[in-house]
Amino acid sequence: MPALALREITKSFGPVRALRGVSLTVRRGEALAVFGPNGAGKTTLLKIAATLMRPTTGQVLLFGADPCDQAPHLRRLIGLVSHHSYLYPGLTGYENLLFTAQMYGLPDAAARARSMLAAVGLTERSGDPVRTYSRGMTQRLSIARALVHDPPLLLLDEPYTGLDRQASVALTDLLLAMRGSRTIVLTTHSIEQGVALSDRVAILVDGVVAYEAENGARDVETVERVYARCVGVPA
Amino acid sequence: MSALAAVRHLLWKDLVLEWRTREILTAMTIFAMLVAVVFNFAFSPSPADALRLLPGMLWVTLAFASTLGLSRSFVLERDHQCLEALRLFPVEPGLIYAGKLLSNLLYLLVVEALLLPALAAIAGVALLPTLGRLLGVLLLGSVGLVAVGTLLSAMSVHTRIREVLLPVLLFPLATPVLINGVRATLGVLAGRPWGDVLPGVRLLIAFDVIFVVVGYLVFEYVVEE
Repeated sequence: MPALALREITKSFGPVRALRGVSLTVRRGEALAVFGPNGAGKTTLLKIAATLMRPTTGQVLLFGADPCDQAPHLRRLIGLVSHHSYLYPGLTGYENLLFTAQMYGLPDAAARARSMLAAVGLTERSGDPVRTYSRGMTQRLSIARALVHDPPLLLLDEPYTGLDRQASVALTDLLLAMRGSRTIVLTTHSIEQGVALSDRVAILVDGVVAYEAENGARDVETVERVYARCVGVPA
Repeated sequence: MSALAAVRHLLWKDLVLEWRTREILTAMTIFAMLVAVVFNFAFSPSPADALRLLPGMLWVTLAFASTLGLSRSFVLERDHQCLEALRLFPVEPGLIYAGKLLSNLLYLLVVEALLLPALAAIAGVALLPTLGRLLGVLLLGSVGLVAVGTLLSAMSVHTRIREVLLPVLLFPLATPVLINGVRATLGVLAGRPWGDVLPGVRLLIAFDVIFVVVGYLVFEYVVEE
């Protein structure tokens, strides 16, 4: 049973068709990178996978179950890192994680919050309000927030946005350490980073999967060439 | 996790944030007190008029003060898309509504605790003899006001004109609360028999039940993109 199966998904916002028949399957433990230009439908796709949005037509299956029937239960299996932090700037890093852990009903929420802060190297700043954090620290806390309940499926929507080189490297290391132990779906503009982090790649253009391939060879150049052809720009 | 625990955590989060910023309570309280002072200068009520005017002054002030708090209620959630984050939690979306309703109700009750003695002092009305029944009417009216207001606040939070949209939507829908709140408050303050006050109280209870249940059930669709 795949971790995530999207079947003929369409999504319309009024006259705008964001997704036009997207079908993707992500096996358990697999990492899929989704590339695409702005407006291709990547964020919409992830929001549908995260049960935040209902598709106009088509079917989503999370670990074999339909989110329309049992969304609250299935949300326990999902961690989402958006380009928004999902953090309250007025709460400290610890309070943000504690609140999240409590809302997931974790038995020892305080201990879990502290261990996640340690895992992303923020223990020393755990008592400071998030509004005082740098972009890189906020992103690390945002990832800790998404992982606090140990979800088997991690969805990352352009997680490198706004990060400097050092923070990007730290994020890559963190994601590489998770490979194999959980299913990852990542959207990014960086083909190099996406290829390095994934087992399989897909290119989304105008709401359609224009290319999908196993990524065994780690061939960045090939993916860049295909991407350029798909979006209609010179490689 | 129980529904009660989820609501408690949501309420804790809102109260901690409000304690640190005091944005909502400060705005609501200052506005309510200013209106009370303006009413005093505008009407300078005689003892005979005071009893007649006080319920209207009270509920009009509460209605406008509540819109200040309600319009800010979901802004905190919107700024960093935290409303999306709340929707990712494995709880019934209606519980998010319940948590917000309770925090909004608490803010309004704090304002009422300050406003009521101030208005009573201005109008020269003794509250103590009818305090228990008066607090009951205020609580029922406040629940109705924030039940519909919390739902509308969630609906309007993603619009650019939410400060305008919220009162425009809220006041027509909350009119039954305001009318029956004024009537019941007047009846209680005038020391009328409970039988005279009861029809208004019953309507307040009915309004509360309807909007709390509707809010709980439709919140999921209201916040869905």
